[in-house]
Amino acid sequence: MGQNMQMAEEIRNRQDVILKDWMAYQLSALTLRRDLLKESELRDTARRFLELFSEAFATTADSSSPAWKPVKDNLAEISKQRALLGFSPSETATFIFSLKQPLFDLAQQSIGQDVKRLAEVFWDLTTLLDKLGLHTTEVYQESREGIIHRQQQELMELSTPVVQLWDEVLALPLIGTLDSARTQVVMENLLQRVVETGARIAIIDITGVPTVDTLVAQHLMKTVAATRLMGADCIISGIRPQIAQTIVHLGVNLNDIVTKATLADAFHVALQRVGATVSKAAPA
Amino acid sequence: MAVLRDELIGLRSMDDIIKARQLVRECAIFLGLSLVDQTKIVTAASELARNAVVHGGGGEMRLQALNDGSRRGVKAVFVDNGPGIADIELAMKDGYTTRGGLGLGLSGSKRLVNEFDIESKPGKGTTVSIVRWK
Amino acid sequence: MERIPILKMGPYLLVTIQVDMHDRVAMTLQDELTERIVSERAQGVLLDISSVDVVDSFIGRMIGNIASMSKVLDAETVVVGMRPAVAITLVELGLALPSIKTALNVDAGMTLLKAARKTSTNGRASR
Repeated sequence: MGQNMQMAEEIRNRQDVILKDWMAYQLSALTLRRDLLKESELRDTARRFLELFSEAFATTADSSSPAWKPVKDNLAEISKQRALLGFSPSETATFIFSLKQPLFDLAQQSIGQDVKRLAEVFWDLTTLLDKLGLHTTEVYQESREGIIHRQQQELMELSTPVVQLWDEVLALPLIGTLDSARTQVVMENLLQRVVETGARIAIIDITGVPTVDTLVAQHLMKTVAATRLMGADCIISGIRPQIAQTIVHLGVNLNDIVTKATLADAFHVALQRVGATVSKAAPA
Repeated sequence: MAVLRDELIGLRSMDDIIKARQLVRECAIFLGLSLVDQTKIVTAASELARNAVVHGGGGEMRLQALNDGSRRGVKAVFVDNGPGIADIELAMKDGYTTRGGLGLGLSGSKRLVNEFDIESKPGKGTTVSIVRWK
Repeated sequence: MERIPILKMGPYLLVTIQVDMHDRVAMTLQDELTERIVSERAQGVLLDISSVDVVDSFIGRMIGNIASMSKVLDAETVVVGMRPAVAITLVELGLALPSIKTALNVDAGMTLLKAARKTSTNGRASR
């Protein structure tokens, strides 16, 4: 590991030069996202990383050793941040891979004509940087998965808004398909709002539901039944012609449920039931 | 699989059904289950505890709070030494009843939980195990 | 043993269930309620279950029975105040109680009973 000690010395002493070259490579790379990251921020990140890198490299070139933990942690932070900012995996990994050239240049300058030693140092550096690059990608992947999971949950909440249309009248515009997990969220939201507002009628609008199969119909009927148990009535609106056809072909029985073609029709029925009338103002 | 809590209660009388319900509720709250999920597991436990008392001639409930690393859940196992069930498939059908009830005990509680296992042989009693994950 | 109080409110009876439903308490309630409907000549029953946090198939069946029995005695039953979590669980259990009248709270239940009475009296008058 003699060469490595020598390399480590070189890296430690010449951090400024490496940083300058490294920055040049990163700034000229096609994958740089100037729209997402300022040059000054990138420089700070790179400088901090290089300090940690040279410290760990002075101990060993084996990235699985505990000495490399601070470097990996730092890299994980960078990856997570880039995943959040919307960088692609290759844009994120470029940070590490663009460090290869400056380090190779440095090795060449300090070792000179000794081809055998040069090859050994190149190999060590390549292996090391590849491993760090893979680490970057893995953390990136994990962060993306975390983001997707959180977005799914948010979507679930967002996609089931319950709005009050009138005193005692609620509407639930459903968008997307209904599986059992979502049905439970929909029911909870709807019933909670029924309690809060003292609603007597809830209109479930399925204009935004692409297909109604037996399972979706079952979930709809469960929601209607639970609402009824609380003491409020449901009207299902937004039934498109082909959905009406599928419902009949599937033999789904919606006879006990009031259905209307449009939300406007359903609203009209709801107003009648709560004893409200809406009329056009007389011209002044 | 780590077991965070482990309790055992006898099921002999109607009072024990209520005790079983309260114990399951406590455990579900301890694990932070949502109100709807709490209600579902407590209702399922009530059905199965009543089965053990009424049909099984008494038995016991073992209640565990589980943590399998990524999620936490309530597990309840009901054991009785009653006459057992000859045809489990038939007993699991909606509306099947031996005592003029609604016949929703077994099939209904299965729909309220994430995992449902039943083992029974005539003359050897019945064991039903349910889990509701958070 | 605990008993569930039955209060008279005008022509109606109000039953508020506040104890954890014991099977025997439920049976006693059925007996007492049917007797009171007859002795008070009650026109309707409000069954307030807003404090009940679990309804299993036994309690569900008891609620159904009370409604059917009172109907035979010409008194309509309205179940009021069911909690959202209980409603969701009952539906999943397969016990949607389709023949039972429901209302959000005691006030709404009272309005429902009055309206039902009016239509049925009108019906009689026109015959």
